[in-house]
Amino acid sequence: MVVTPSRASAPARTLAVPRAAHAVRRVAARLAALRRQPRTIVGGTTVAILALAALLAPFVAPYDPIAVDASRSLEPPGGAHWLGTDDLGRDVLSRVIWGARVSLSVGVISVTIGLVTGVTIGLVSGYFGGVIDLLAMRVIDALLAFPALILAIAITAALGPKVQNAMIAIGIVAVPAYTRLTRGQVLSIREREFVVAAHACGASPGRVILRHILPNLTNSLIVQATLSTAFAVLAEASLSFLGLGAQPPHPSWGQDINYSQRYLANMKWWMSVGPGLAIFLAVFAFNILGDALRDDLDPRLRRSR
Amino acid sequence: MTAYVVRRLLLMIPVALLVSVISFTLIRLSPGDPVLVFAGEERDPAAIAHLRQELGLDQPLPVQYVYWLGRAVQGDFGRSIRTRQPVLQSIAERIPNTLELGLTALTLSVVIALVVGTISAVRRNSLFDYLATGFTLAGVSFPGFFLAIILILTFALALRILPPGGFVSFHDDPTGNLKRLILPAITIATGSLAVNLRQIRSSLLDVLSQDYIRTARAKGLDNRVVLWRHALKNALIPVVTLIGLQVGAVIEGALITETIFFWPGVGRLAVDSIGGRDYPVVQAIVLLSALSFMASTLFVDLLYGWLDPRISRAG
Repeated sequence: MVVTPSRASAPARTLAVPRAAHAVRRVAARLAALRRQPRTIVGGTTVAILALAALLAPFVAPYDPIAVDASRSLEPPGGAHWLGTDDLGRDVLSRVIWGARVSLSVGVISVTIGLVTGVTIGLVSGYFGGVIDLLAMRVIDALLAFPALILAIAITAALGPKVQNAMIAIGIVAVPAYTRLTRGQVLSIREREFVVAAHACGASPGRVILRHILPNLTNSLIVQATLSTAFAVLAEASLSFLGLGAQPPHPSWGQDINYSQRYLANMKWWMSVGPGLAIFLAVFAFNILGDALRDDLDPRLRRSR
Repeated sequence: MTAYVVRRLLLMIPVALLVSVISFTLIRLSPGDPVLVFAGEERDPAAIAHLRQELGLDQPLPVQYVYWLGRAVQGDFGRSIRTRQPVLQSIAERIPNTLELGLTALTLSVVIALVVGTISAVRRNSLFDYLATGFTLAGVSFPGFFLAIILILTFALALRILPPGGFVSFHDDPTGNLKRLILPAITIATGSLAVNLRQIRSSLLDVLSQDYIRTARAKGLDNRVVLWRHALKNALIPVVTLIGLQVGAVIEGALITETIFFWPGVGRLAVDSIGGRDYPVVQAIVLLSALSFMASTLFVDLLYGWLDPRISRAG
């Protein structure tokens, strides 16, 4: 979908009313179409529930996630503890709910880091081309040469095992996808008539990039951001599983699964199943929401079937 | 074609250099003074200064990088801090184990994906297709380490039909080796199966809607011949890319799975070395995994050009 720059065409003002009505109708139609997609409903609802759980963790978690209670050690799922308790008597459900905070904040912040950095590089490099483009693309190629998880692990290990560093690492790993997406589209959009027209009207490069090119990328970027949140949640879980994310005793899904391994032999399965299902649900929700949004918002990226 | 290969190789050089700079810098950023780790119990300042000089760590960083790179291209990545073994040797020892696991998993994944993906595409919108598509949706989101734990719980602890992990060499005990291979191989295969299945199904559906398929059917060819001789051949080209990339990423795929199942491969070595701050080993594995990933990307591109001449002619 192409956003026609209204300022470039003078008659637009006289058409303002029908145009606004048209826009409203279009947004309404799109929302209706979105709602018809079962994947959007399932994915969106799950994401919303997880986000609420993360935001309201202190109010919805039934117990303190780090309070040790030796008398309730290793209780199987049941009345008082829906998902059971761990060896220190900590409530698994409460830890899963608090873990959503870590997971989702790492997801959102790392995706923001990747998006802002990647899109900026892509815009500048695609618009100006030349030496900047050449250099930037080699750096991106080099980042892409590393398998994603290994790069994330190496960066986190280099900066030190902390949640903040995991966010930075996952953000850096996400940069190339945004840069390539943005640059590719800028290369084609900058040749379009409305951009040429904006130049002819004397618009500065900054204005052309921000007001005429960037708005056309919104849909693709929303799709990419949703899908890369799924990746980020999975990557955070993997990092914290390896001890490179949130540090004990703070709850985090990946780390809790790692911890649960020592009680596997005693068949204390509930210690693993709670956080494991939480990771699966979160990644699944962002993935299908991203897929549904792609089919709806971005016909160019639509899978053939 | 030769010109294309040469150009691709030349383009790889600056990227490979950048990759080496990143690998080097990252590990040098790591917290903790490598000299102190290396010195162990030694606390005499003079001895530590001597060691620092010996390791070249008193030099400016760019000089150190050049030294490191010079030795690395000769295969000398220094010695492991934990075991004092040459780094390259300790990695090389574990490569066969990682390949055994990774290639078994890949074969498993590709074979199942081919069979299921083809049936799914041919019987589009059948119950089978819905189940397969549902599996791919869930499969890409299922964390490997959680699957590993479920498999251990089910097959090793509840049913007691397979060992929960560990390793014996194939030479000493072939059955024991294969028994321990099954669960980690299934874990890795499931992750890539979802991706492969989705790709095979969608590219086969793409091909099946092409004109030449209709022509083949119109001239009275048997459906089976159309599928095998006309459709699958072309549908598999994008799949080849995907498989090639998965071969290149075999270390990454094995990283966590090897750790959980105590499988002594390169992935587990990497995880252990990060935990033990064994930076020379981490540095070498990071660099090698990137180089193998790059090599497989290049190989896939060349193969692609050979399989589909339209591409190399355009490039």
